[in-house]
Amino acid sequence: MKNEYLLQIKNLSKSFSGVKVLNNVEISVKQGTIHALMGENGAGKSTLMKCLFGIYKQDEGEFYLNGEQFNFTDPKHALENGVSMVHQELNQVLQRTVVDNVWLGRYPTKGLFVDEKKMLEDTIELFKKIKVDIDPTQKLAELSVSQRQMVEIVKAVSYDAKIIVLDEPTSSLTQNEVDKLFEIMRTLKSQGIGLIYISHKMEEIFEISDCVSILRDGNYIGTEITKDVTMDHIIKMMVGRDLKNRFPHKKHTLGEIVFEVKNLTTIYEPKVLDVSFNLRKGEIFGLSGLVGSRRTELVETIFGARSKESGELILNGKPIKNDNTIQAIKNGFALITEERRVTGIYPVADITFNSTIANIRSYKGVTGLLDNKKMEIDTAIQIEKMSIKTPSQKEVIRSLSGGNQQKVIIGRWLLLNPDILLMDEPTRGIDVGAKYEIYQLMLDLVSQGKSIIMVSSEMPELLGITDRIGVMSNGRLAGIVDTKATNQEELFKMATKHL
Amino acid sequence: MKNFTDIIKSKFRDGFGEKKSIKEMLLNNAIYLIIGAIIIYIIAMEPTFLSLSVMKNILTQSSVRLILALGVGGIIILQGTDLSLGRNVGFSAIITASFLQSFSYGARFYATLPDWVWNTNSLGEVIGFQWFFYIIVLLIAMTVSATFSAINGLVVAHFKVHPFLATLGGSVALYGILLLYFNTSAAGPQPIGSLDPTYSSFVGIWNVFGMEIPLLVVYSVLITVLMWFVWNKTTFGKNMFAVGGNPEAAKISGVNVIRTTVLVYIVAGLLYGLGGYLEAARVGSANSAFGLNYELDAIAACVVGGISFSGGIGKISGAIAGVLMFTVITYGMVYLGIDAYYQYIIKGVIIVAAVALDTRKYIKKT
Repeated sequence: MKNEYLLQIKNLSKSFSGVKVLNNVEISVKQGTIHALMGENGAGKSTLMKCLFGIYKQDEGEFYLNGEQFNFTDPKHALENGVSMVHQELNQVLQRTVVDNVWLGRYPTKGLFVDEKKMLEDTIELFKKIKVDIDPTQKLAELSVSQRQMVEIVKAVSYDAKIIVLDEPTSSLTQNEVDKLFEIMRTLKSQGIGLIYISHKMEEIFEISDCVSILRDGNYIGTEITKDVTMDHIIKMMVGRDLKNRFPHKKHTLGEIVFEVKNLTTIYEPKVLDVSFNLRKGEIFGLSGLVGSRRTELVETIFGARSKESGELILNGKPIKNDNTIQAIKNGFALITEERRVTGIYPVADITFNSTIANIRSYKGVTGLLDNKKMEIDTAIQIEKMSIKTPSQKEVIRSLSGGNQQKVIIGRWLLLNPDILLMDEPTRGIDVGAKYEIYQLMLDLVSQGKSIIMVSSEMPELLGITDRIGVMSNGRLAGIVDTKATNQEELFKMATKHL
Repeated sequence: MKNFTDIIKSKFRDGFGEKKSIKEMLLNNAIYLIIGAIIIYIIAMEPTFLSLSVMKNILTQSSVRLILALGVGGIIILQGTDLSLGRNVGFSAIITASFLQSFSYGARFYATLPDWVWNTNSLGEVIGFQWFFYIIVLLIAMTVSATFSAINGLVVAHFKVHPFLATLGGSVALYGILLLYFNTSAAGPQPIGSLDPTYSSFVGIWNVFGMEIPLLVVYSVLITVLMWFVWNKTTFGKNMFAVGGNPEAAKISGVNVIRTTVLVYIVAGLLYGLGGYLEAARVGSANSAFGLNYELDAIAACVVGGISFSGGIGKISGAIAGVLMFTVITYGMVYLGIDAYYQYIIKGVIIVAAVALDTRKYIKKT
């Protein structure tokens, strides 16, 4: 019996250390269709794909390809069975040519040597088949991102792909390039290939997809025929959840304006473009936006970690430079970075070291040597104040939970007594209980007169604890809204404004 | 169909598009410009530098270094390095010399060798080695060298030890083994000299159509051609570049990363073995310090020739250019009578400048 569906995912569930990130997800892709997959940041789309490609092992659920059950062991195994994925971050050998990349791992040979002629001819043949116009002898480093994506698609087709997953392929493309990509997608579709299209961009979903499946918080919400639904309906499905008592009570009051950003633009890609906003004393200012909307780049620029092309920073009425991070720290800024493991903690050092390292100069005693006693006292105070759960301050920070690590880092910056804290995804990878404590800490800080700029991809937390929210879209500030007077639908629409 | 001017434009788009790109282009080729200037200076100071005999000397001195550079070049393309090159060459040279000493020499490394290795005349007098024994010795040298290099490769690929440390440790251990072997000499631990004249003639002069071509140059040309095919025309070569450029992408595409890595080290080891065999003949003897610091010259030549430590980038022509330029400068400075101390300073600066200029291509601006 011929199965109607190319790919079926049934009852898929997956948990990480007790937290359910996928719960009974069902998706069925028909031959020759474009199936959109939508959901907020963190809704479980990438975990779902990682389960499909065998990078994670699912706890429950089955995959069926043409009606036959299967489980891929790794992406290579999937590729050989006609299931391939074009990642948002392309994994290619940039130093080599298009042809070399397409046939990597299975070069045709003639005697001792690689059959370059056959490789080139086959590549040209494939390019013709899906109407791609790229010089196959160029090096990948010389191609644009969109061309590199096309090479990846061609590679998938060369493996006789039946299913191709495209993970946010248009996030860094121009409109022309998007049109070109869609043309290729339609060609593939007409050849009977099933495409799974992961995207945040509503207009594109309506333009290209046949049906759309929606995930929210790891739950499967439903699948709709795209032409039968409205944009508002999809947004509701994506964000429609209730907010319970997940946030501490706010009681702080706002003071005068302490910090202003005027027409800030950066030099290098990814660029921040013409961003202006202000920050009040005792305010939590949220920065919302999609992944890749350059919120991180904005806070890094304020902190002097990226080069400014134009624009002004005004602190307490006086223009400041913040040309490098040392200046920014002197001016009373602190940056708690998004990638805690990469740019935050010193994983194998103890809590004392991790707490005091940013402020190490102030522990110099009269001899010029460091005063251990003083460092230990300060660390003990931080552990007490932030209720960091650890057996002792000599514990290696790597062994603490994510939430406690984050508290140590926040504590480190507080020892410098900053006025303005830039917090990039401060609750990422932290469990719900610890999140509450971080929120409480943030509210305590603002009630002491400090100000916070908080980048977050979780709309509920932005709506829960900020005073105002600026929404970034493609490097620009799409608008600023009062937290009390907005909702997720509005934030979502603003986030796609400049796409 | 694109017309010719379009193709030319697209080829030179990056080079001549705008003012900024010219500066970029100068910076990207700065090391060649600097070295070019030094060479012009040498010629201006001493015009006789441009003579046939000087060229011949430079080519001869470049030959073994090029063979070694082609070996370590592959490892550099894998984002690696090989500090054991010199000791490996040294051991091959000692093995070769220990077997191929003149029969008439009293204090041979091996006091006795089996009869079958000797070639005798009608009177039963030994007149040299059997022809095949020269090949057997070459194969022994290459096998030993390839085995050590393979161990380095396994440690790097399988145990994920950084190549710097793996080959540093390998080099030290190899030196110990080399000394143990050196001390087994029947004549005691002393330089192994008085090499067999036929063997010595392998690195002599080849008279062809009245031209005197150094044989070493012939060998290095042959090896270079062979390696060009290996790097550019075989699956192994292409996999080497892929693993060096992006190991993750290579792995996902089904390239056996560990196998490719070990093979690259083995190929390097084979070339070191050949290098040691030829170098012992050129020098005329071998002692326990033989080959010391050869890796520095070979690696420096690769880097100057554009084989990048960031991996996945490098050409045979780059290795040739790097070796030639380095030899020209070294030889030129000697030719001008520049103090050896200054020579070290100049060479050191060139190496660091080459890496700095190479690295700036990959720095992401923020």
